[in-house]
Amino acid sequence: MEYNVNDKGFYGKFGGAYIPEMLYPNVAELRDTYLEIIQETAFQEQFYYLLKHYVGRPTPLYLAERLSEKYKAQIYLKREDLCHTGAHKINNTIGQILVARKLGKKSIIAETGAGQHGVATATVCALMGMDCIIYMGSHDMERQKPNVERMKILGATVIPATSGSKTLKDATNEAMRHWINHPQETHYIIGSVVGPHPYPAMVALFQSVISDEIKMQLQQQIGRENPDYIIACVGGGSNAAGAFYHFMDNKDVKLVAVEAAGKGVNSGQSAATTALGTMGILHGSRTLLMQTEDGQVTEPYSISAGLDYPGIGPLHAHLFDTKRATFYAVTDENAMKAGIALSRLEGIIPAIETAHALAALDEMQLQPHESRYSPQQARRYYSSNRDCPRPGCTR
Amino acid sequence: MNRLDEVFQQKKANILSVYFTAGFPGLTDTIPIMTHLQDAGADIIEVGIPYSDPVADGPTIQESNQAALKNGMNLRLLLQQLKDVRKQINIPIVLMGYFNPVMQYGIERFCQECHELGVDGFIFPDLPMQMYLDEFKEAFEKHGLHNIFLITPQTSDERVRAIDKNSDSFIYVVSSASITGAKTGISSEQEAYFQRICDLKLKNPTLIGFGISNQETFEKACKTAHGAIIGSAFIKVLEHSKDLKTDIHNYIRSVKKAHENIIH
Repeated sequence: MEYNVNDKGFYGKFGGAYIPEMLYPNVAELRDTYLEIIQETAFQEQFYYLLKHYVGRPTPLYLAERLSEKYKAQIYLKREDLCHTGAHKINNTIGQILVARKLGKKSIIAETGAGQHGVATATVCALMGMDCIIYMGSHDMERQKPNVERMKILGATVIPATSGSKTLKDATNEAMRHWINHPQETHYIIGSVVGPHPYPAMVALFQSVISDEIKMQLQQQIGRENPDYIIACVGGGSNAAGAFYHFMDNKDVKLVAVEAAGKGVNSGQSAATTALGTMGILHGSRTLLMQTEDGQVTEPYSISAGLDYPGIGPLHAHLFDTKRATFYAVTDENAMKAGIALSRLEGIIPAIETAHALAALDEMQLQPHESRYSPQQARRYYSSNRDCPRPGCTR
Repeated sequence: MNRLDEVFQQKKANILSVYFTAGFPGLTDTIPIMTHLQDAGADIIEVGIPYSDPVADGPTIQESNQAALKNGMNLRLLLQQLKDVRKQINIPIVLMGYFNPVMQYGIERFCQECHELGVDGFIFPDLPMQMYLDEFKEAFEKHGLHNIFLITPQTSDERVRAIDKNSDSFIYVVSSASITGAKTGISSEQEAYFQRICDLKLKNPTLIGFGISNQETFEKACKTAHGAIIGSAFIKVLEHSKDLKTDIHNYIRSVKKAHENIIH
């Protein structure tokens, strides 16, 4: 439990709840009740029912053979893109909207960068019949128009954030201001492992279904539950938190986090927080963030709206600080190349966020001896252990 | 003696505290604005440290923060500008802002320099009580600096009492669930909340802020509290001002008009 949140809401030096008094009652209520709510049998049943039948979990763990050949390793893709709405974000929005209902909240607000969290939030609001307001940077609304349309079709109101760089940071500021103005009726569904405690811990917990499934699926497919590496992209870091979660305390599993270097880490147009950031306070938690010497938050840049954030969740700051995770920074250009490469090798077009994680494979210099199983072996094992019916199967 | 303590000893009602953002409208307006505020009859001055991401503030103060940063204001420069402030200003000075710039500056160094400059206290909206008690109280107290907490309509009586217990100056009563400058006027519901706080008989004095903009709202606030705080409304005066001295004097006089007659 070395890497889990402590009872004061900190991951090592990082975390806490630096929030205005106006938000204290809401955040304190959540902090004091969320674990109890989540552990209730009725909650668990409904959560897992929806994950299975509504979201479509478990998502496949797919052995990418041609990609594996390219890197002389055995590479599996956890297909969170096959979740309902197209990303892992919905794991968290389902969990949080059930918590919000339990707390008697009537309306939902959220921030969104790429729009995936906004869509996932608008989706569960439609499902539960709750009012939904999404804040989105006006710049992001331009580059992610299809997601804006999806949110509107789902019945959400999308409000542009026009301050600062007009991206995720500013959308988050606006969502917090809305929450200050409407504290009693509203629950704020934060989409990443950022924000004041208990948000980082709660979001990580809802996303931990990812690593839970990876363990089971690896066991089924190749007879071992731990991979050598887990690689994930990090903006705020929710998919990475979910993918790392059940492996954090097992140091045989190396954790690799990939940030957006934008046009280059030292180009002045980057979102590589661990490379460029220092400790400070952003959106309610003490974490690593990109800032000036004077403590003003720096405007980040990345081609990927989902990674275009000047901070990083406190859990990841802690994983970085303790060197538990290795961090890479990948440029726009290399992410694009990796995305195209995966598309042509595997017939899977990844999100540009995910493409950053794929590009890290080029920098990792994986050694063949680290791969204990060949793809051929893996496929044989998988075929002999399949648990689903197939044509001609008499089982 | 801390000047905040002095003010509240001498004056029990109708205390007017005024907020402005340092570096706004002009980079070098800090000392002139403070001087005009004192001369016009403000009792306390709150000097805002501009920040890139002021989450508890509405558009007016957000824009003044952005403008000040664009003008080149930062914490180091502000402290330089305040170097000789006590040669001219004898009313209490409170620095208000978000905690990150102060953290980067270094808490100990910040407190020491503030003490030397003659600053009396701080308001950090995003520094909650527990964090303050655990990590920063010692440094603040060592240098004789008061920390001022906010309470809101949603703050439970129990927490209001805890905040009162851990306060050594006035308590900032946020008049409604809102960011700054979001609402104008005071409803009967808000007055009931002010009365509830008044009835708690706190050991510290209270000043009501958010939504105070003119004589009417100032007076309503003063009925149940020791005074009130004006922020966004004053920023709007500065924003449109062509002659800071005249406009500040006229505005402060218009807010305090009734009291000048009644008290003296």
